[in-house]
Amino acid sequence: HLASSLPLPSERDHLRPRIDLIAFLIDIKSKYSLKNVQASLAYVDVRFFLGKVCFLVTGVGRVNNCSVEMNAIWKLGEDYCSPVIFCELELEGIRVATAQRLLRMLQICAGRVPGVSALYFNLLMKNSAGD
Amino acid sequence: MAGGRAAGSATEMEGVTRTLPSSGRPSGTGRLSRGLLFGRNYGLSPGSRLLPPPRCQENADPQKMAFLLRKQWTLYSVSPLYKFSSSALKDYARMLGVFIAAEKQKGLAVDVGGELGVKVAMSSMTELRGSEQDPAAVLVQLSLRSSVSRKTSEEKLIWSGWFCCVAGDDLLENLPQDFTCLPLFLANGAESYTAIVGSWFQKTFDCCFRRLAISPLNLTWMAAMWTGCKVDKNTAAVELLFTVPHLPQPLDISYAIHPEDAKALWDTVQKTPGEITQEEVDVFMECLYSHFHRHFKIHLSATKLVKVSTGIASAHCDGIIKFLQSQYLIGVLMLLTELAISQIQ
Repeated sequence: HLASSLPLPSERDHLRPRIDLIAFLIDIKSKYSLKNVQASLAYVDVRFFLGKVCFLVTGVGRVNNCSVEMNAIWKLGEDYCSPVIFCELELEGIRVATAQRLLRMLQICAGRVPGVSALYFNLLMKNSAGD
Repeated sequence: MAGGRAAGSATEMEGVTRTLPSSGRPSGTGRLSRGLLFGRNYGLSPGSRLLPPPRCQENADPQKMAFLLRKQWTLYSVSPLYKFSSSALKDYARMLGVFIAAEKQKGLAVDVGGELGVKVAMSSMTELRGSEQDPAAVLVQLSLRSSVSRKTSEEKLIWSGWFCCVAGDDLLENLPQDFTCLPLFLANGAESYTAIVGSWFQKTFDCCFRRLAISPLNLTWMAAMWTGCKVDKNTAAVELLFTVPHLPQPLDISYAIHPEDAKALWDTVQKTPGEITQEEVDVFMECLYSHFHRHFKIHLSATKLVKVSTGIASAHCDGIIKFLQSQYLIGVLMLLTELAISQIQ
């Protein structure tokens, strides 16, 4: 399901399936997208932050078009204890790899990978980034 | 030099697949530590920058200073020059002149007349530096010589370029011997001459020229820093130019603010005089964006800032700068040197 901001409209609440993973997209070329994500985060239930939220930063291939400073994004990832993934949508290889990565994360968050829970995976990602 | 930009963006894209965290602050050693995901100073602006006070250039040559102002300079970053000696400038000028003549013979140079050929002059500008540790700036000028009469010949300046380094401490401390660090290069004139001069320097001193682009993030820093500068006379308005991407018809938005209003706004935002933080820049820009949104219902933060013009200087994201005030020249050069150094590393 794709939404431009949160909260989701309440009319379709009863038709919506269970949400296992929320990926917030931040376009590095648009400060507006960061502000939008920051505003939407307030509407997310706190239980999601136990491994079911990630930040996907797009447009990182072009250094010279960057309008968002990286410190703000890193701080977001730290404040909300969620991983920050970088990708470039213009390159097909990276697009496909990122999609596969997100799909794998979704499988874990939906509980379809035996022995690995969303929280465990989140801790793994955090520890590997800190080394 | 022309191919540099394409290669640069390709390596940036490849950098995404690297998952090694690496050093945030640029350093000569490039040690790995927690921070960014890329090997470069990606989108990382320092938390705060120092604002240098306006410099009164009494001992500087006013004619030379005036020569630098009100001209459009294209920016390049230059890696350190090997075995460059500022005392051998006359020899270098002679060698460059020979090189240009050879290129002209090969038919590669732009021939705009001038039977006596191109004359090269190289001089050192000692006043354009941050401190005594910075190497003196080097000015290269190409003039076209044509004979007016049998005895006299006329010289017309066709191209100028200068290397400079203002407060390049980051790069200077780890520099091995025999290297001269002049990371910023500014060129005014035909692109073909820039290419010829650049290739001569690259061959002779084993350095690398790259076009220096300015990201929208750095442009917002410039807008904030230059708005805060005190100018005596009537100055031009603070003008910001935005382009809106992904539209069938490209849209350009120009936002002009009265300089005194802009300065008043900046004065309410800035807390410590002489220092600017990222938060202050963000708040300043946010105020301007929300004011615009209130009137036009357009989110400027979703567009791309491409040009900033103030009374001090104007900068374009393609790496083009124009200096308008001589007292703030060093301050602007300091910021540009910092950007050039972060592009080299």
